[in-house]
Amino acid sequence: MGLEPNLERLTQLEGIGCARKRREDPRFIQGRGTYVDDVKMPGMCFGAMVRSPYASARIRKIDASRALALPGVIAVITAEELKPFKLHWMPTLAGDVQAVLADGRVSFQNQEVAFVIAENRYIAADGADLVEVEYEELPAVVDPRKALEPDAPVVREDLAGKTDGAHGARRHHNHIFTWEVGDKDKTARAFEQAEVTVTQDMLYPRVHPCPLETCGCVASFDKVKGDLTVYITSQAPHVVRTVVGLLSSVPESKIRIISPDIGGGFGNKVGVYPGYVCAIASSIVLGRPVKWIESRSENLTTTAFARDYWMTGELAATRDGVIKALRVKVVADHGAFDACADPSKWPAGMFHVCTGSYAIPNAFVSVDGVYTNKFPGGVAYRCSFRVTEAVYLIERMIDVLAQKLGMDKAEIRLRNFIRKEQFPYQTPLGLEYDSGNYETALRKVMDAVDYAGLRAEQAARRADPGAEWLMGIGVTTFTEIVGAGPSKMCDILGVGMFDSCEIRVHPDGSAIARMGTITQGQGHQTTYAQIIASEAGIPASVIQVEEGDTATAPYGLGTYGSRSTPVGGAATARCARKIREKARLIAAHLLEVSPDDLEFDLDRFVVKGAPGQAKTMKEIAWAAYNNVPSGLEMGLEAVDYYDPPNFTFPFGAYLCVLDINRYTGETKVRRFYALDDCGTRINPMIIEGQIHGGLTEGFAVAMGQQLPYDEQGNVLGGTLLDYFVPTAVETPVWETDYTVTPSPHHPIGAKGVAESPHVGSIPCFSSAVTDAFAHLGVTHMDMPHNAYRIWRQSHALGLDRR
Amino acid sequence: MAKKTVVSFRLNGVETDVMVEPRELLIHALREQCVHTGPHIGCDTSHCGACTVDFNGKSVKSCTVLTVQAEGAEIITIEGMAQGGELHALQEGFMQEHALQCGFCTPGMITRAYRLLKENPSPTDEEVRYWMAGNLCRCTGYQNIVKAVQYAARKLRGEAVETSHPLLEEAGKPSEPVTA
Repeated sequence: MGLEPNLERLTQLEGIGCARKRREDPRFIQGRGTYVDDVKMPGMCFGAMVRSPYASARIRKIDASRALALPGVIAVITAEELKPFKLHWMPTLAGDVQAVLADGRVSFQNQEVAFVIAENRYIAADGADLVEVEYEELPAVVDPRKALEPDAPVVREDLAGKTDGAHGARRHHNHIFTWEVGDKDKTARAFEQAEVTVTQDMLYPRVHPCPLETCGCVASFDKVKGDLTVYITSQAPHVVRTVVGLLSSVPESKIRIISPDIGGGFGNKVGVYPGYVCAIASSIVLGRPVKWIESRSENLTTTAFARDYWMTGELAATRDGVIKALRVKVVADHGAFDACADPSKWPAGMFHVCTGSYAIPNAFVSVDGVYTNKFPGGVAYRCSFRVTEAVYLIERMIDVLAQKLGMDKAEIRLRNFIRKEQFPYQTPLGLEYDSGNYETALRKVMDAVDYAGLRAEQAARRADPGAEWLMGIGVTTFTEIVGAGPSKMCDILGVGMFDSCEIRVHPDGSAIARMGTITQGQGHQTTYAQIIASEAGIPASVIQVEEGDTATAPYGLGTYGSRSTPVGGAATARCARKIREKARLIAAHLLEVSPDDLEFDLDRFVVKGAPGQAKTMKEIAWAAYNNVPSGLEMGLEAVDYYDPPNFTFPFGAYLCVLDINRYTGETKVRRFYALDDCGTRINPMIIEGQIHGGLTEGFAVAMGQQLPYDEQGNVLGGTLLDYFVPTAVETPVWETDYTVTPSPHHPIGAKGVAESPHVGSIPCFSSAVTDAFAHLGVTHMDMPHNAYRIWRQSHALGLDRR
Repeated sequence: MAKKTVVSFRLNGVETDVMVEPRELLIHALREQCVHTGPHIGCDTSHCGACTVDFNGKSVKSCTVLTVQAEGAEIITIEGMAQGGELHALQEGFMQEHALQCGFCTPGMITRAYRLLKENPSPTDEEVRYWMAGNLCRCTGYQNIVKAVQYAARKLRGEAVETSHPLLEEAGKPSEPVTA
């Protein structure tokens, strides 16, 4: 077999490694997508939420009479109406409870108080305005450190007297949990004996992923059949089905959850929100379909924020920069209800990846989860499991240490990297990294950008007292942890975090494949077909990939935390191999040879040593329905539930060069070079797209996004007037590169990629901005690095005076 | 409820009548009465551009126009871009250059770029970025959107076009050339 025919057949197959154009695109470029708000059902009515203007208040009275008198208003529901169904509270994914509609008091601004159902969305909005609520305002607390003071206002009166939470003992009325990992005493000794130590406080502010489509649903209960169908913006439709089943006592077999096209998720669409529950409850009572669609402000101020981590990092090292220990203390602001979607056993997610890419022998981490009068969430933004916070902490600390020692920021990383031959590597915080090659990655980036040249240019700039623009160089070498996760460590509501694939090959050789994950722009319909094409020899062009409908797809935990490729992709590869192995038996039967005498060759089985004797997958598919060996079942179908043995650990080396105007604080990103290693690359075009998107969201977080609060608990920045979403004008031009270090435990060696650019770029921007002032003794600057805040730094140093 | 009014306009070349309250926004009339669900609603404040339509030869955010203002208007939406069974060059460009992911912003993006290329058939990359600044995308980082608009511009000018993402890469070559 020569190379030429193989290339031709490879092209036809469009398997792993091809930049296959997306199967999703034809419908989207023609306006033919079906998002939740596009779903229209006969007799459908609309719901609108009445929300609290106060962050903390007792509800004295709710008067819906004026709303109910408005023609077109069908019903108004409050906690009182939901009580008989026990639906006024719901479980969160973190083992807490959350009020569906406020039960006598509110604990954050814009909390859900009443739900108005009307004939159309205009009347529903009018009706919501007419619901009169009398509040008695109470003191609020928005700073998680103040929330732990003895006389701090009580955020959750419903938890009075509860000394145990879902994650152990509670020691204060606003305390949720304390999570400790690592060896406290050994780490303390390493600090006592250290030649050099550094410590740094840093705030990772509250931000929001702000997908372009807000959250919403259409719930339709058929009173005759007793069936509930819900179209919903969910990244985890099967989990929603289980939660709805638990809440409504409708059996899961009578619940159908459909995630149609999703207009971006980024973790915002993992949770179960009060609006969904109200729409479902209303539909069950009314027997009519009920649509609820969030406004942008509701989205930005009530559903799944990200971060709000108040961190203190400490490093112990030798004088020549060898790190001996890491110690971290975090106060985590979870808002008024603990609604994180972390694995049950890990209330701070995978924050314990915070030793990063470095061989640090000792480490200890302590995280305190705290209630405040802010909206719940903490699961979101292109990394649901606190990896972003962990990587930010360690990358910032490495820079701080480098500055203390007067070392170059790339050099200190090279000195402390876990070396290639140390993998699989056991971290002091209990993780086992699968594979990595960090030094090669960083050296490739340094060569590509002429690192030494950039540092020389920076030195010249610093030496010039007249220079108007300061120059900063940021370096990060991050390790991500994705692919949650092994069921022995990870579950949500007791369900292990496996994922699944089912493939049916039809008699004509085409196939349908269904997964438990759900694409929100990642291109699963394209890339899963590529995996099946390579593994089972069926051209991707005749493979139909479907996800998101619980009536047809096998159970899976959904798409977030970059888990689709590491978990769903693995299930897909293994399922395709089951198809291939059954096909081998059929081919052996057709060719009258032993299965062991056959070799799989792209899209057919060939008799070893007799290349003329072969059966294509298309021929085998036909035979599967009429001529199988005795003892073998007819048909060509398979299903696989994949429980991963470990996480995967993608990594990367990023470098940012920017210039800062010392008089105005204006920042210009001159260059951003991102090298990612996500193991085996399934579709380089889609990988590049994911990286561009992640870098842009990282740019947004680092340079401008935050959801601040005033002392009364008013959220400042709940619209796109205030909340920074970069346009094409301010977004930098990205340069991408890669190395390939496959995961040894993943069936095809793939690791997942979408979160890496977000996780890795944010500390890189902070590193570059701080570096611009580093020669003046600045070791850290908190985000967001907007012009005003940078100017304040410049002003504090007297740099803005002429 | 206020009295309803009949409003007539041409939607993608078809005479269309809708009956609306004076307060009804054009985006709602298009999506719910005309069942043109291509334009989307992404914000409350005219920032995101997902609802962009071409309105009497201008790009307009249809969440900021009352339907009654559309009396006699010529409106083009994403549904009107493909002509005679052929995709518009922009639609082709967006697919070839991987300029979309979740697809929610795409109808507005393409409709905005349609007006851009009508008024400026040979824009620089910087001009494309400036002209498209009223349309937000959370997925792509805009880089491939710029490429897609340039792809379409070349095609509309009658020049040869080629995707930047060939099906099979040469081994060892980065997926994207370095272009700072």
